[in-house]
Amino acid sequence: MKLYRAHVLVCGGAGCISTGCKAVLDRFTNEIKAHNLEEEVHVVETGCIGTCDLGPVILIYPEGVFYKEVSPDDVQEIVEEHLIKGRIVNRLLYEQPASGGQIPYYDEIDFFRKQKRIALRNVGIINPEVIEEYIARDGYFALGKVLTKYTPEQVIQEIKDSGLRGRGGAGFPTGMKWEFTRKAPGDKKYVVCNADEGDPGAFMDRSILEGDPHSVIEAMAIAGYAVGANQGFVYVRAEYPLAVQRLENAIEKARAFGMLGKNILGTDFSFDLEIRVGAGAFVCGEETALLASIEGKRGEPRPKPPFPASQGLWGKPTLINNVETFANIPAIINNGAEWFRQIGTEKSPGTKVFALAGKVNNTGLVEVPMGTTLREIIFELGGGIPNHKRFKAAQTGGPSGGCLTEKHLDEPIDYESLLAAGSMMGSGGLIVMDEDNCMVDVARFFLEFTQDESCGKCTPCRIGTKRMLEILIRITQGKGEEKDLELLEELAQTIKVSALCGLGQSAPNPVLSTIQNFRDEYLAHIRDKKCPAKVCRALLQYSINSELCRGCGICARECPEKAISGEPKKPYHINQEACIKCGVCLEKCPFDAISLT
Amino acid sequence: MTETCCQRFSEKQYQELDEVIAQYQGKPGGLIPVLHRAQLIFGYLPKEVQIRVAEGLNVPLSEVYGVITFYSFFSQQPRGRYTIGVCLGTACYVKGAAEIVEALEEELEVKVGETTANGDFTLMVTRCVGACGLAPVLTIGEDVYGRLTADKIPEVLKRYQGTAE
Repeated sequence: MKLYRAHVLVCGGAGCISTGCKAVLDRFTNEIKAHNLEEEVHVVETGCIGTCDLGPVILIYPEGVFYKEVSPDDVQEIVEEHLIKGRIVNRLLYEQPASGGQIPYYDEIDFFRKQKRIALRNVGIINPEVIEEYIARDGYFALGKVLTKYTPEQVIQEIKDSGLRGRGGAGFPTGMKWEFTRKAPGDKKYVVCNADEGDPGAFMDRSILEGDPHSVIEAMAIAGYAVGANQGFVYVRAEYPLAVQRLENAIEKARAFGMLGKNILGTDFSFDLEIRVGAGAFVCGEETALLASIEGKRGEPRPKPPFPASQGLWGKPTLINNVETFANIPAIINNGAEWFRQIGTEKSPGTKVFALAGKVNNTGLVEVPMGTTLREIIFELGGGIPNHKRFKAAQTGGPSGGCLTEKHLDEPIDYESLLAAGSMMGSGGLIVMDEDNCMVDVARFFLEFTQDESCGKCTPCRIGTKRMLEILIRITQGKGEEKDLELLEELAQTIKVSALCGLGQSAPNPVLSTIQNFRDEYLAHIRDKKCPAKVCRALLQYSINSELCRGCGICARECPEKAISGEPKKPYHINQEACIKCGVCLEKCPFDAISLT
Repeated sequence: MTETCCQRFSEKQYQELDEVIAQYQGKPGGLIPVLHRAQLIFGYLPKEVQIRVAEGLNVPLSEVYGVITFYSFFSQQPRGRYTIGVCLGTACYVKGAAEIVEALEEELEVKVGETTANGDFTLMVTRCVGACGLAPVLTIGEDVYGRLTADKIPEVLKRYQGTAE
């Protein structure tokens, strides 16, 4: 491999693509050519570096300098100053949200420094389209190791010893799943990767597939060897076209290098992969629904047992793991179960990738050891809440999870602690909310989501969530009664125990957790007909400040309902009963005398 | 039936579909990949295309119809030249995606699910596109626009308006 004196890593994650990283990459290639640096400086398009809201971002090695919001017009200066003269371009450096101080080096920025990257070990570092770069980072070493030195049983034992648990949500021990599939009778078995990352707010699976697809391919081949399968499927959401494209490319390369296909690495083990693209149904993230979808059917779940490990795809024993779970496997095989166990907590070893989004300064992907507290993630890595607003809640687990509040900030996060707090790990979406978010409205939002995505097969989910949604809408419109809260809780408990699949069983969680943690806010909507966060429009009131009103009469003329009256040159009044809250008056008032409370 | 279908679509389109069908014939689980490709070829999946797929793969038409109506990606109605998908995932929602939808509805004079009269845009809402760090986000075709506010909408749309041949 050729040696260069410097590497320029340009983030090619989905976030940076939308802010124009391709143009930055092209400009770098051109400028480096123009300055005759082609033999000295290598430009690499990587997967997601993680700081999505600062894009396009670049990293320059060997120093490890991190530049944010780089535009094509900045490139010439970076090349001439940094790469030729060795001077850092200060104006493009990262600024700390709290102090505003600039930090030049990648490994000194809290957002990166506090991470422990296992699943994301190559994401943002290598070019995902070049298999040699993966191999240079010990890629396919684990596959070679198990094929030549381990029996399938030993592989399973290693995974069991590591204590790895499913990163897709429920946290089932991965090694046990492998063992069940291995022991299930059957001549034909399958390995399936669940890349139907449907939880809104989670995008780690997307980043892994886009930034390090070979780690998933390698892990699936290892799993195939362990459980006795020769065929695998990756089921990817249709919303992720770039992930599909990079994965397709990686599969082809892996075949060309003999890492997939017949007689892998010269052994008698054969394994191949196929991609199946979803078609926009959230329920397909549920494993039995996903299998139905691969079979070409409507993605409806079915009762378990039988579990997929004994009767899965086309009735054959099938191992299903999530993308992030798979991405951990090669690292565990290479470094050993003991190493993995030392990271994280006793019951949840290893790390977890969180997708930080919402009202937080640094949004993006972070991988931290299990047991890290919410405060560390939001306030240290995330840099706190923007605009000096107050932290209100963090939503984890998507539509299946719940909201954590200030009192949970210092609890170490793992599968158990989140369940105890009335939420769940889910796939790792972590959405921060501030005082401007209404928790009743958030609960309504999630119910609307599950109601819309309910496949309709079982009654509790199809009709139960509909009834819950109707009650929530009533409350946000100021028509709620106090007994509605009891009714919501009763419906929630019934749905939890009677729905067919995980989607329905967990659908009431956002409602239960917000009632539990924000009961006062519900009561403000019900008793006082007020929305403290000023989100629920029906509960807001337009009023005229008599000190600011000059009595020009514009509002009264513009009001479509003739709800405003008064005499010229004297303060006007709004008849609240006639007001339809269209907001025209506020928009038209030349003196800013109208406010919304 | 063949007559009406071939007035609307060209023989070349059908040939292309037949080639896709031939690829998946006899392979289990081929229906959804075939429908994906068919939608790319025809733009949507009207009845005559469904019949062709059903006959080609030897599955009942009811099954084809059942699958199409289950998945939100498949459409039985023609769509505009560009499909706008406003992300209504959680991160986008808490950062004001509802206002983006309103602004688009006003600007394009359509409701969600409808196509503009000139056939330029179909307005849809989507679930998380996985660009949560840039919320609120919308997609037009395969382009992603992030950190939006309602007043940026006309500018974004302008890049696509009047681009028809």
